[in-house]
Amino acid sequence: MTTNSLWGILASRLLQGLLVVFLVVSAVFFVSRVTRDPIAFLASDQSTQAEIEALKERFGLNDHVVVQYGRFLWDTVQLDMGRSLLNGRDALGEVSSRVVKTLQLGVASLLFAIVLGLSTGVIAALRRGRPADCLARLLAVFGQAVPDFWLGLMLIFFFSVELGWLPTGGSGSLKHMILPMITMGTFTSAAVMRLTRSGMIDAMDADFVRTARAKGLPERTVVVRHALRHALLPVVTILGIQAGRLIAGALVVETVFAWPGVGRLTIQAIGGGDFPVTQTAILLIAASIVLANIVVDLSYRLVDPRIRAGSA
Amino acid sequence: MTAPNVAIPVLAPPSRRRTRHWKRLALLTPSLLIVTLFLVAAIFADVLSVYDPREIVLPDKLIPPVFDGGSWDHVLGTDHLGRDILARLLAGARISLTVVVIAVPAAAIVGTLVGLLAGWRLGWADRVLMRVVDMQLAFPALLFAILVAAVWGPSLRNVILIITLCTWSGYARLVRGDVLSLREREFVLAARAIGARDLRVISRHLLPNLFNTVVILMTMEVATVILFEAGLSFLNVGVGAGISSWGVMISEGRNFMTIAWWLIWIPGLAIVLISLTAMMMGDWLRDALDPRLRNLR
Repeated sequence: MTTNSLWGILASRLLQGLLVVFLVVSAVFFVSRVTRDPIAFLASDQSTQAEIEALKERFGLNDHVVVQYGRFLWDTVQLDMGRSLLNGRDALGEVSSRVVKTLQLGVASLLFAIVLGLSTGVIAALRRGRPADCLARLLAVFGQAVPDFWLGLMLIFFFSVELGWLPTGGSGSLKHMILPMITMGTFTSAAVMRLTRSGMIDAMDADFVRTARAKGLPERTVVVRHALRHALLPVVTILGIQAGRLIAGALVVETVFAWPGVGRLTIQAIGGGDFPVTQTAILLIAASIVLANIVVDLSYRLVDPRIRAGSA
Repeated sequence: MTAPNVAIPVLAPPSRRRTRHWKRLALLTPSLLIVTLFLVAAIFADVLSVYDPREIVLPDKLIPPVFDGGSWDHVLGTDHLGRDILARLLAGARISLTVVVIAVPAAAIVGTLVGLLAGWRLGWADRVLMRVVDMQLAFPALLFAILVAAVWGPSLRNVILIITLCTWSGYARLVRGDVLSLREREFVLAARAIGARDLRVISRHLLPNLFNTVVILMTMEVATVILFEAGLSFLNVGVGAGISSWGVMISEGRNFMTIAWWLIWIPGLAIVLISLTAMMMGDWLRDALDPRLRNLR
């Protein structure tokens, strides 16, 4: 099909994504403002009635909820997310200053997951039923059963405390990134490994691989150019889902390793009742997951010529 | 998003399949043992422990387990407040089991009902459901849970509610998909053609056919729910500080990790062991009942 329809799909996906982000932001608004009086976060126990009234006035909490919601939406559209309640800085600036750190960690762990997952998946499939395969599958099951926060602590225990090779937390150098990257990427790499393995096993039995072999192509070409390409498709599909998981992982991993990214900021903001920062962070997170899914969806269509526009 | 194409494997003859199946069941024995152990620990937690898991005895703090120089008085040692680790571990098993026993069926029931409504009625119910599902895709459950937990405050009841809230949509999506294909099948069309009411078609023809899918997902969700609770408790938005959840134990032990390895090793291994077991049993049940669902996780 022509690029024209691809643009059409892009537009409709973006619209759908906008709707999803809108729903998420609204849900957050109502959860944080309506199910509990935000004044409980703002005021201390010693606050006088007059102080509480002043706070309510300042944050517009005396208006009807619908009015507050409307005002919130209007501000959000203008990207005026308010100021942090904890340090008075611009919420949007506060969050976006952390984005790069999270992005570094996210990209690194995604790469780690893909490289490790693909290579072990291919090896396991080629040595199906042999010790290498059993080991890889065992590790994959472990990778999905170990809670990420505990894995992080264990890595700190071995590599920072016992061996003293790597720092226990913080950021600054490549060395700081290794342990959080492994912690964050483990679950995804296990998922990638399982999918690659089953895809490769299906592909190696398929007719097109037999044909490729019959043509006399070297085994490496058969595996990489024919079988692996086939096995990659489901892997690409789950990467979109994994984007969400990675962000959830960032919440935990950044907390464990004191990594100054969006995840840690979000946890701190939620814990401290800082709803301008919370809302900004969640808006950003939702938007980036939606975008990641759109990118994955489109690249999936580009990779697989069998899938045509509009079929999904 | 399109589902990946799954090639249907050529099946071995039934007799061989059955032997293989029972062989796998034999491999499952350790898992069954672990599950039994977990159930006994959780149900009889208060009878089995010599100590009160909340009892603080400061002079007895940070005693190592018996196999690392401790004494038989505290088999698994004590934590930084002198609480007995074994007693806390048992109490933690009870919390995990409580969460699983309530949250998993609750999510299954809600999800099945919504999925049925969406798949059978289609129209607005379906559209609303699909938007909610989209939304959950863009909003990590953990983030939502932390947010709600921070607003509602930490407690066991809230954890169960939050986990239910975050997991029902998986069932809804699967059930909706099954209903969409079932509703076109001959036996459903025939039932409707002879004038069966919706309720009868659903209860007599749809539900029995949905049973396998839902049960498989429930088994697979057990591990997810255990890890979920542990994660929330670790981030201090779970059952609340001072309560002996495994996640809380790790969170509290974290600061003493360098001097007392057992504080984070023991509850961590417990989580890994039970979630690993739950996953393997889930995989086994899925392979036994419905291999189509292979790519669920």
